[in-house]
Amino acid sequence: MSPAEQRRQLETVHLTALYGRRPVVKDVSLLFPANTVTAMIGPSGCGKSTFLRCLNRMHELSQGGWITGRVLLDGQDIYEPAVDPVQLRRRIGMVFQKPTPFPTMSIHDNVAAGLRVNGKKSRGETDQIVERALRHAALWDEVKDRLRSSALALSGGQQQRLCIARALAPEPEVLLLDEPTASLDPGGTQRIEELCHELKARYTIVIVTHNLQQAARVSDRTAFFWLGRLVEYGDTADMFTKPKEKLTEDYLTGRFG
Amino acid sequence: MSARRLRRRFTSGLMTLLVCALCGVAVLALFLILGDLVVKGASSLDWNFFVKNPVPAGQAGGGVANAIVGTAIIVGIAALIGLPVGIGTGLYLAEYGSGRLGWTVRFIADVMNGTPSIVVGIFAWTWLVKPMGHFSALAGSVALAVLMVPMIARTSEEMIRLVPHSLREAALALGYPRWRTSLRIVARTALAGIVTGCLVGVARIAGETAPLLFTALGNLNFSTSLLQPMQALSLQIFTYATGPFEDWHRMAWAAALVLMGLVLLLSLAARWAIRQRHVAR
Repeated sequence: MSPAEQRRQLETVHLTALYGRRPVVKDVSLLFPANTVTAMIGPSGCGKSTFLRCLNRMHELSQGGWITGRVLLDGQDIYEPAVDPVQLRRRIGMVFQKPTPFPTMSIHDNVAAGLRVNGKKSRGETDQIVERALRHAALWDEVKDRLRSSALALSGGQQQRLCIARALAPEPEVLLLDEPTASLDPGGTQRIEELCHELKARYTIVIVTHNLQQAARVSDRTAFFWLGRLVEYGDTADMFTKPKEKLTEDYLTGRFG
Repeated sequence: MSARRLRRRFTSGLMTLLVCALCGVAVLALFLILGDLVVKGASSLDWNFFVKNPVPAGQAGGGVANAIVGTAIIVGIAALIGLPVGIGTGLYLAEYGSGRLGWTVRFIADVMNGTPSIVVGIFAWTWLVKPMGHFSALAGSVALAVLMVPMIARTSEEMIRLVPHSLREAALALGYPRWRTSLRIVARTALAGIVTGCLVGVARIAGETAPLLFTALGNLNFSTSLLQPMQALSLQIFTYATGPFEDWHRMAWAAALVLMGLVLLLSLAARWAIRQRHVAR
């Protein structure tokens, strides 16, 4: 399937993100086709995380955070005044660098947390969704006998998969992953990467990563950021084998970063 | 080389000794007070002391049942008023209090924390006792509540601030509205700490005397009416201890021991709450 045939799920148009007067993402226009994994790579402080946080309007919650430009979800500008950012975030799931299970909630309630704000559901329905989300996050078999125990009893890798399950439960259209494996061991990392492959059949996935091998393994397309600018964007295989820009090549070959 | 090492060892030993001695002084004072209370108070404690009301001076027997119940009522009502306001203020300060209003509220709370409790008593007398025309338990509760609010507000704020920012973000990213994030995730995560702060606050005001002197006033009889004067343990101790009778002094010690016991129970409850939090993690 060529990019032209794919539904344009998420798109940024001349997106600039600022803290006060300081721009950290500069004039980025990017297209995230549906059912693909797009990796965002680049050195620390290049703006890739801030860019990601613009996609579900989390950036504006930071002190002094605001943007210019547009972000389109299925053709609609999510920064239009008519769009409620709270409602929007229910359509765009996000997983953070460190696992963030809610410490006062059980495993079950953690996964169900996003459902509750989406309106009341019957207990049977909730249980079904929780099980499905945990299965999709490849955690079900490990926790099915202790859904009522504290989420903090899980290992770091399990907690991160729990957070993915929590993000999946409300059935978002897009999944944003902000360095989801940064605090995991190789085993946990591998599980999450496998998960990306399985989940892209159902979601549009954007993953920020420091790990170039990870980007190469999980993503269909890669965007390379440097000093807040988008330097290069294209098919992952192409970019890693024959980058168009000198800067990209230097970064990929480890000459800086 | 060796001389320097010797000197270091000597200084270290000396300092350790000094710190231990100072700590000993503090603990010694505490144990002297506790010991004195037990020695002088325990002998007067019997069942009647808890279930009987005071008898006129010179008669044998009698107890402080009215004061125990009075303290429970006055402190209970004070907590009912003070805890919601205090916790709410703390939540506001921690979650939304970064602006000028937050700064002002925090400043006022700090000033009020340092206000002598007798000043709060005068305040309650001016605004409640005088307009109503008579002393009342309610006025005492309000005075204690006013003392409690800044204390609870600041400890709640500290506890809520301890909740990692990442949890807030996780909830917001799930599509939680801000108020719901504050209540369902942040406040709930800090709950054990908030409860502990509340128990310590309640325990502290339970022993307050000055604000009750011209609000709840005291009452020789058993009374549960909020609009009438009411006895409290601290007031009873004050009356007995400053009275001329040997018997009263004895009773004052016993009442002090009872009050201490109640505060100790509350502190133990606070400790228990902390333990629960750590077990949960």
